[in-house]
Amino acid sequence: MAHIQLKNISKTFGNHTALTGLNLDIADGEFFVLLGETGAGKTTTLRMIAGLEKPDEGQIFIDGADVADWGAAERDVALVLQQYSLYPRYTVRENLEFPLKPKIRRIEPDEIKTRVDRVARTLRIEHLLDRKTDRLSGGEMQRVSIGRAIVRKPRVFLMDEPLSALDAKLREALRTELKNIQMNLGQTFLFVTHDQIEAMSMGDKVGVLNHGRIVQTGTPYEIYNNPRDTYVASFVGSPPMNLIDGKLVNGRAVMAPLNFELPFAGGAKTSAATDGRPLVFGIRPEDVYLESGAPVEARVHDVENHGVEKILTLRVGDAMLRATVPARTDVEIEQPVRFAWDPDKVVLFDKGSGISLRHAG
Amino acid sequence: MATTMITTLDRSSRSAARGMSDLTIRNLFIIPTIVFLIVFNIFPLLYSLGYSFTDFRASSPAAANFVGLQNYRELLNDPFIWSNFAITAKYVIVSVVGQVVVGFGVALLLNRDIPLKGLLTTLLLLPMMLSMAVVGLFWKLLYDPSFGIINYTLGLGSFEWLSNPDMALYAVAITDIWMWSPFVMLLSLAGLSAVPKHLYEAAAIDRAGSFYTFFRITLPLVAPILMIAIIFRTMEAFKTFDLAYILTSQPTTEVISIRLYKMAFQEWQTGRSCALAYIVLIMILAITNIYVKYLNKVKER
Repeated sequence: MAHIQLKNISKTFGNHTALTGLNLDIADGEFFVLLGETGAGKTTTLRMIAGLEKPDEGQIFIDGADVADWGAAERDVALVLQQYSLYPRYTVRENLEFPLKPKIRRIEPDEIKTRVDRVARTLRIEHLLDRKTDRLSGGEMQRVSIGRAIVRKPRVFLMDEPLSALDAKLREALRTELKNIQMNLGQTFLFVTHDQIEAMSMGDKVGVLNHGRIVQTGTPYEIYNNPRDTYVASFVGSPPMNLIDGKLVNGRAVMAPLNFELPFAGGAKTSAATDGRPLVFGIRPEDVYLESGAPVEARVHDVENHGVEKILTLRVGDAMLRATVPARTDVEIEQPVRFAWDPDKVVLFDKGSGISLRHAG
Repeated sequence: MATTMITTLDRSSRSAARGMSDLTIRNLFIIPTIVFLIVFNIFPLLYSLGYSFTDFRASSPAAANFVGLQNYRELLNDPFIWSNFAITAKYVIVSVVGQVVVGFGVALLLNRDIPLKGLLTTLLLLPMMLSMAVVGLFWKLLYDPSFGIINYTLGLGSFEWLSNPDMALYAVAITDIWMWSPFVMLLSLAGLSAVPKHLYEAAAIDRAGSFYTFFRITLPLVAPILMIAIIFRTMEAFKTFDLAYILTSQPTTEVISIRLYKMAFQEWQTGRSCALAYIVLIMILAITNIYVKYLNKVKER
């Protein structure tokens, strides 16, 4: 059980800046997901909390205590890595026992056995206990590696893309399992991933990291519906949010180079959205709909059938727009369609800075 | 079928222009090697096996008489030969253990980020590249009781390293350790750097102490390659000749190969020395086999 705070953390490797002025606050018992592209600084953040890396600037607090001088062992964290890092030449049982065996821990052999058996049951790896680790499949290895983390009851769980080396089916299954484990243990989890679906489905809170800075922190709902800037808008969601350049004229959205107009009113409007200011209009594909009497005409450029829904790529002039429509919608490529959007769901971004007008104020 | 594949040549290649097929080229390289091997290794090996059953003396014109297993019987009942084997065993143990301890220790020290690591490693490898005879000659000078730098540095006065019967074998072993520790170090270093870094990180996270990490992670992973180093060094130490021969001539340093040399080329007991050579060969094979069995076991774990 732990509350983690990172204050103003900076870290450079040679002349590459990994993190700049990073602030993070992870509440006790929270499942926090750090989301970002490769090289955004996610792993560095994790390693610094684990004590494997030292920050150049800033402080890390675990339960209010500054841990700058603490080694990895003293911080009492568990780390699950993408490459499993199981101890070779040992059986699964020996791997699970490893963190309990060092003398300083003084755990009775009976207690070790009980704990290993319980963890094996939780992760459904009981039948593998006497197997050598090099004879396991990827999913089994990752289970053992998670098992080695939870067998010890650490204060914090750190997970560095533990699922990304697994195949899709298994990833889905382990995703649910991990979330359940976290809920049962009630422990603080910090989970690092580049997969926005993982972040959305598992996190109590999500922090989006871009070029060593936290861009936005919030619940998955906030991140999805109210992105702080165009980066978050285009990174989160599959397909991502449509971003179209334009400006407001008399309460209507006019897309600048393309000259199509859409009604714009209501909830999304803020006082900062004055007429004529260059803006970027953001709209989620599911808030774009096809209707025979809708204001704008487009051609169907591409159709992706996903079973429950179809993702259409619409072409208006040179611009492409994605729309998620029900699977029963019958469209063909190059067919002309008319579309509209849900004006309440439109997010406005400043053209220059890319920051959402709702957040700027 | 295979032959046709080998002889198929790219028509534009230079070999084709010269009219040489791959088969010709292959024969050109392999036949001399095989001839060399037969003439200088396999033939003497078999020929000496024949001699080992005779009373042949290369120094006398008398014809060799077949004596059956007499040479072997006498050698194996000779207490002096057994004392030579005991000396050899002692030498092998001292020198191999020393090399492993020093070599592996230095490898552990080198296996981290230190400045000038490359240069340091190269310099440490130098002893291994010298000729045995040269090493023997200048260590003789280093050990010299009256002007040797070892006694001077250690303040041992005129301590006699090589003419002291109790010390001489250790002196030879020390020289051997100095010369061949780098070999163990090199192999250990390769093994150590192959241990993935994330295992150490995982162990640190799991709150394992440095001793625990060393014995549970480092050692098991380096063991196979260390075992190979030990096999090589044991075989070499078992047949040591030059170092011991050059450094001293004490009876306590008469390892088995020196005995063999004396028997063959000073006493000219050619037949009997052939038998002794075979006994040594069989022993080395046996020891190596035990090691290889053990190595496979270590690898399996």
